[in-house]
Amino acid sequence: MLRFVLRRLLITIPTILVVITLTWGLIRLAPGNFYSGEKPIPKAIENNIREKYGLNKPWYVQYGKMMGHVLLLDFGTSLKYEGQSVNGIIARSLPVSAAIGLSAYLLALLVGITLGSFAALKQNSKLDYASMALAMVGISVPNFVLGPILVLIFSLTLYWLPPARWYGFPSRGMVLPVLTLSGIYMAYIARLTRAGMLEVLRSDYIRTARSKGLSERQVVMRHALRGGLMPVVSFTGPALAFLLTGTVVVERLFTLPGLGNYFIQASLNRDEPLIIGIVSFIAITLLLMNLVVDIAYAYLDPRIRY
Amino acid sequence: MLPIEMTNNGNLLEVTDLRTYFDTEDGIVKAVDGISFQLKRGETLGIVGESGSGKSVTNLSILRLVPTPPGKIVSGEVIFDGQDLLTLNNEAVRHIRGRRIAMIFQDPMTSLNPFMKVSRQLMEMTRLHLGHTKQQAYEHAVKMLETVGIPDARARADNYPHEFSGGMRQRVMIAMALSCEPELLIADEPTTALDVTIQAQILELIKRLKQATGTSVILITHDLGIVAGMTDHLLVMYAGKIFEQAPTKELFATPGNPYTKGLLRSVPDPTAEQGELYQIPGLPPDVAHLPPGCPFAARCDRVQEICHREFPPFVQLTADHCSLCHFAHEVYEESRAETAGRSSESKL
Repeated sequence: MLRFVLRRLLITIPTILVVITLTWGLIRLAPGNFYSGEKPIPKAIENNIREKYGLNKPWYVQYGKMMGHVLLLDFGTSLKYEGQSVNGIIARSLPVSAAIGLSAYLLALLVGITLGSFAALKQNSKLDYASMALAMVGISVPNFVLGPILVLIFSLTLYWLPPARWYGFPSRGMVLPVLTLSGIYMAYIARLTRAGMLEVLRSDYIRTARSKGLSERQVVMRHALRGGLMPVVSFTGPALAFLLTGTVVVERLFTLPGLGNYFIQASLNRDEPLIIGIVSFIAITLLLMNLVVDIAYAYLDPRIRY
Repeated sequence: MLPIEMTNNGNLLEVTDLRTYFDTEDGIVKAVDGISFQLKRGETLGIVGESGSGKSVTNLSILRLVPTPPGKIVSGEVIFDGQDLLTLNNEAVRHIRGRRIAMIFQDPMTSLNPFMKVSRQLMEMTRLHLGHTKQQAYEHAVKMLETVGIPDARARADNYPHEFSGGMRQRVMIAMALSCEPELLIADEPTTALDVTIQAQILELIKRLKQATGTSVILITHDLGIVAGMTDHLLVMYAGKIFEQAPTKELFATPGNPYTKGLLRSVPDPTAEQGELYQIPGLPPDVAHLPPGCPFAARCDRVQEICHREFPPFVQLTADHCSLCHFAHEVYEESRAETAGRSSESKL
C-alpha cells in the first residue's frame, strides 16, 4: 500500500510539469500582455518594462526561471497586484473558496445520497420520480442561471439573505453561493447513488441478507450502502478538488474573494506568475484527490489490492 | 412440542395452492401456479425441474423473498408450524427467516457480501436471533466454521469471501444458514456452481448436518442424481406446476408421468456400454404464453389429441403418489411392468 502511494506520488510530478508547461505556452500564445492597456505605451517605456521582467531574454531562459519558481513551490510576485506574492494571494483566497466549496460538497453528499437511496428503495414510486426529475433539473440548469434565480427569490423578493459579498465563515452570506454551487453536484450524486443502489439491491448477497431475517433498514445500512456508494466515491474525489479550489462562476456571481475569482482576473491580466501558481495548486489538489479516491477504494472494497 | 405436532398432523410445512405471478412486459408469467405439498419434521423433500420450472420461486415465496414488484404471491397458504407465513406481518416473518427457516443459495460466489468479513456475516445471525454478545457470536461463528469443515477456522474467520474457494464459500453459507439451528433448511441448487468432487463433499456435509441436528430440508435441484440418495419425497415441477409427487424410491421405480420418465432417462448411466444420452426434445415452454392444454404436450412422446385441448387432471395413483397427466394410470402401469421385468431379469 505504501509503495503504491509513493509510486502514485512520483507519477504526479511529471503530470504537473506537463500541465504547467502547457499553461505557460498558452499564456505566451495569447495576444496582449500584462503591461498593455487601452492607451499605447511609448516604446522606451515598454523596453524598460521588458528589461525589468526579463521578457527580452530568450524563451528558454524565461521558461527555466518560471520552472525554478515552481520547483521551489514559491511562485514569485504577482505582476498586477504589485508587491503581493502569489503564495500570499493563494493563502488569502483559498480559505474563502474552501469554506464555500467544502460546505457545498457536504451538502451535496448529504442530500444527494439521501435522495438517491430513497429513490432506489422506492423505485418507480412518486418519490423516485420526483427526486429524479429534480436531479434532472439540477444537472440541466447551469449555475449562472440558478444563482441569479436564487438571488432574485431569497434576496431581492423575500429579503432573507444577502445577495453577494463575503461576510466570513460561517455567515448567512454563504447560503446562496453554497446552494448555487452544490446544485449540480447534488443532482449527480443523487443519480449515481440511485443507480448504484439499484444494482446492489438486486444482487444475490442482498437476498441472502434478507433471508437472514435482517430488517430492511439493516439490510440497506449494513449490506447495500457500501457497495451502492462505490460509484459515488469515484465521482466525489475530483469533485471535491474542483469545489475546494474555487469555482469561477459562483465566486464572480457573488463577488467572493476566492481562488476562482483571482484565477479569472489573472488570466484577463496575463498575470503569468499568478496563473502558474493557481494552475499548479489546482493540478496538485486534483491529483491528490484522485489518489485519495484510489486509497479509499482499497479501503472500502477488500477485493482491491495494489 | 407434542401438542403442536398433533395439530399439524406432524407436518412442519404445509403449502397449499401457492400461486406466484410475475408482471412482465411480455404479460403475466405464472412462475408458480397452484403448488401444494407437505413436509414432515426431519424429512427431506427434493424439488426437481428444468430451469424456469418455478422451483426457486416456490421457495422464495415460502419466505416471502420474491422481489415485489414485479413478483407477487397471488394466493395460497404457507403454514409453517401452525402459522400462515403469507398473512403474518413483516416483523414476525423476519423472526422466522434465518432463525427457524434458513436458506442456502445457488451461487456462493455472489451470495456472500463481498465487503464484509466472513465472521461478521455469521455473527450477524446469532446476534440478531439468539441475542449473542459480540464475543459469544464470534466464538459461535468459529465453531460453526469448524463444524462445516473449514480448516484452520479461527484464522480464516476474519477473511473476506473472495479469499475462499467456491466450495469453501458454500461451506461458509451452510455454516451461516445453520448457525441458529433452524427447523427447516432450504437449499436452492447448493451445488450447481461447484465442480463435481466438491459437489459430493457439500452434499455429504448437508446430509451429515441434517442427521446431527434433525433439521428438515428442502433440496432444490435439476440433477436427479443428487436427490436420489438424499430425499424422502420428490416433487417434479414443470412450467410452474407439480407434474408428479411421490416418495423418492417409488418415483424412481414407477414414475407415473411421461415428463418424469424423460428426466429419468436423461440421467447418464455409467454402466451402459456406450451410446447416446437421451434428451427430452424441445425446450420448456414460455410460461407467459402457455397453450390451453398440457404444457408438456409439445415435447411429450406419447401425446394424444386431448393433450393439446384439455389441461390434464392431477391423478392420485397411490396414497402418496400423484401425477399430472391424462394418461397417468397407463404410464404408471407401464412403469410397474418395466420394473417387474427388470427385477425378474436380474433374478435370472
